[in-house]
Amino acid sequence: MKTVIKVLVGASLLAASAATASAATLADVKAKGFLQCGVNTGLAGFSAPNDKGEWTGLDADFCRAVAAAVFGDGTKVKFTGLSAKDRFTALQSGEIDILSRNTTWTVNRDTALGFNFAGVTYYDGQGFMINSKKLEGITSTMQLSGAAICVQAGTTTELNLADYFRSNNMEYNPVVFEKFEEANAAYDAGRCDAYTTDQSGLYGVRLQMASPNDHVVLPEIISKEPLGPAVRQGDDQWFDVVKWTYYALLNAEEAGITQANVEEMKNSANPDIKRMLGSEAETKIGTDLGLTNDWVVNVIKATGNYGEIFERNVGSGSPLKIARGVNALWTKGGLQYGMPIR
Amino acid sequence: MATQDVTEDIRPAKASFLYDPRVRSLFVQAVVILLLVLGIWWIVDNTLLNLRRSNITTGFGFLRGRSGFDISDRLIEYSSDGTYGRALVVGILNTLLVAVTGIVVATIIGFLVGIGRLSNNWLIRKIATVYVEVFRNIPPLLVILFWYQGVLALLPNVRGSYVLPFNSFLNSRGFYLPRPVWGDGAWLVLAGLIVGVALSYFVARRAKARQAATGQQFPVFLTSLALIIGLPILGFILSGMPLTFDLPQKGAFNLTGGLNVKPEFLSLLLALSFYTAAFIAEIVRAGIQGVSRGQTEAASSLGLSSGQSLRMVVIPQAMRIVIPPLTSQYLNLTKNSSLAVAIGYPDLYAVGGTILNQTGQAIEVVVIFMVVYLSISLLTSLLMNWFNAKMALNER
Ligand SMILES: N[C@@H](CCC(=O)N[C@@H](CS)C(=O)NCC(=O)O)C(=O)O
Repeated sequence: MKTVIKVLVGASLLAASAATASAATLADVKAKGFLQCGVNTGLAGFSAPNDKGEWTGLDADFCRAVAAAVFGDGTKVKFTGLSAKDRFTALQSGEIDILSRNTTWTVNRDTALGFNFAGVTYYDGQGFMINSKKLEGITSTMQLSGAAICVQAGTTTELNLADYFRSNNMEYNPVVFEKFEEANAAYDAGRCDAYTTDQSGLYGVRLQMASPNDHVVLPEIISKEPLGPAVRQGDDQWFDVVKWTYYALLNAEEAGITQANVEEMKNSANPDIKRMLGSEAETKIGTDLGLTNDWVVNVIKATGNYGEIFERNVGSGSPLKIARGVNALWTKGGLQYGMPIR
Repeated sequence: MATQDVTEDIRPAKASFLYDPRVRSLFVQAVVILLLVLGIWWIVDNTLLNLRRSNITTGFGFLRGRSGFDISDRLIEYSSDGTYGRALVVGILNTLLVAVTGIVVATIIGFLVGIGRLSNNWLIRKIATVYVEVFRNIPPLLVILFWYQGVLALLPNVRGSYVLPFNSFLNSRGFYLPRPVWGDGAWLVLAGLIVGVALSYFVARRAKARQAATGQQFPVFLTSLALIIGLPILGFILSGMPLTFDLPQKGAFNLTGGLNVKPEFLSLLLALSFYTAAFIAEIVRAGIQGVSRGQTEAASSLGLSSGQSLRMVVIPQAMRIVIPPLTSQYLNLTKNSSLAVAIGYPDLYAVGGTILNQTGQAIEVVVIFMVVYLSISLLTSLLMNWFNAKMALNER
């Protein structure tokens, strides 16, 4: 029922919201005094409330970074937990200013749904998980013909699944849930033989199972899932703010600027670092973005650089222990590449 | 002359038409309509503007696009290559399926429990009361989750399936039954059924007319039963028994083949029927109690047996009280079926939600929801009103 109401509210917001939502998000956010950020209702490592009720995770921290860029204060964020199905209506209707919710960048979402993706904060791909206690001898997704598979509605996952089985001429039985917890519970109860979602999500789901060690993630990755923050189309200024916050996080990591040393780095002799941190004489970079010139300092003070966010939430400092892999900086053989701040 | 004067005196003064209540009420109504139209126009205009601003296309053209997702429960042929429109039809049919079966089951349980509430047997009466109090006071979503997570999920896995008679199985993936496969000539069976029903109707009418005219009775029920069962069997034998069964078999993961009634459907059906039945039971009880005792007494003084008096005196009158509130229970059941989304049964709301999410056509999809649910509700009301009118005529 709650979701019925959410959809209706979303639709009616679309219908009735005065035209404020679209044009000048940056000014609106500044006037409101906080950033309204759409996140996952609870996906370990990306966005989930901790035991103190604070949102933690890579996606949540990205919103903090944006808030720090705008306000100089990473705490000026309000989070809205959204299911896969509700997230787009929430962004379209102006209920949230930014959607940072393990959302795959696709052409359909970029065009037909009316969004702009500011970058890829996590390169992912879709995988499968099975209960190896119940299904001994299954080591590959190619053995899954005839299986019942739990999947969440309104995801790219659901679509990739259909394509993958169809192109491999395999049968399957989709059991589609709207809510994450419902899908997880059904899989754990044995309603499905396999569970499929983004591989990063699988590791999070595995931790929530009654006995995590019984479950194995199969080796195949069947899709590209570039996950990143999205904003509404038609507001280039806001798009720029979000995009350059992301690049700033990457460039800071590349330049070795961390939460701990950012104050010191302001006095660095390196012109790149000085420019980035706004200590170059007569700099206009921050103000051109509609921010203050020390915006990068604020961002890094609030969340640390990309590498720090990654390690803290999904990497070695987290229960997920995901390796950087393709999400390493381009200088370390990965795909993360920040456009130059100059 | 005098009479004319009087009439002229009563007639209101011409100039005061502003005070004419009819003019005034017309004026007020016109203003209300104008405001309503303006309001709607404002909403539509604003919506279109907002949609254009956010570069979202409008219109129902998206229904022709490829859906790209699969649906496991479907009454018609459908694959991920089908269109969004077809996916919606699959969802609508699933909603109708669970609503119609739910209404039938809820009515049966509801009538039994309702009559049980008035039983002379203490145990039956108490059981019926407890049933009503329990199910009436739990939100339907909880009842659904109770069946799905509390009952059906506890069934054994595929390897440990309960083996039931007639090659049927029950496990945590649902009910597996042999699926009848009809061969050539099977139409004779169907024809037999249709002819049987038609003949029974005819017999019933004749018997009634004869009873009215001569007072003679005819065993209508037994004759109809014989016709409706006998003729299809005759057709079946004549056409050379063209029936085989597709039996469920062990596959790599699940049982394959046969007819699989999935746990999602089962729990939704059970939950909706058990929940709604509690309300129907109360309606039935109120209906029966609403027929005054004098009616039963009069019937027995006419020499009718208690069964006859229940069937011919009490129930027809009770029905008049029962049908209108029954209609709203049927409507509630249909609307509650959208709770299916919680357990992954692909009804209209679940499928529509996925389409909304993929296409971003929020307004269009919500309009489709409203139109479909409204049509189903209006249709139900229409049928029930017709039924009500028929029952009302039977009075006297
Ligand atoms: N990246 C995919 C999938 C995103 C997604 O919703 N994944 C699920 C499974 S990991 C999820 O996060 N569910 C959490 C929730 O709905 O609360 C997409 O953008 O469609």
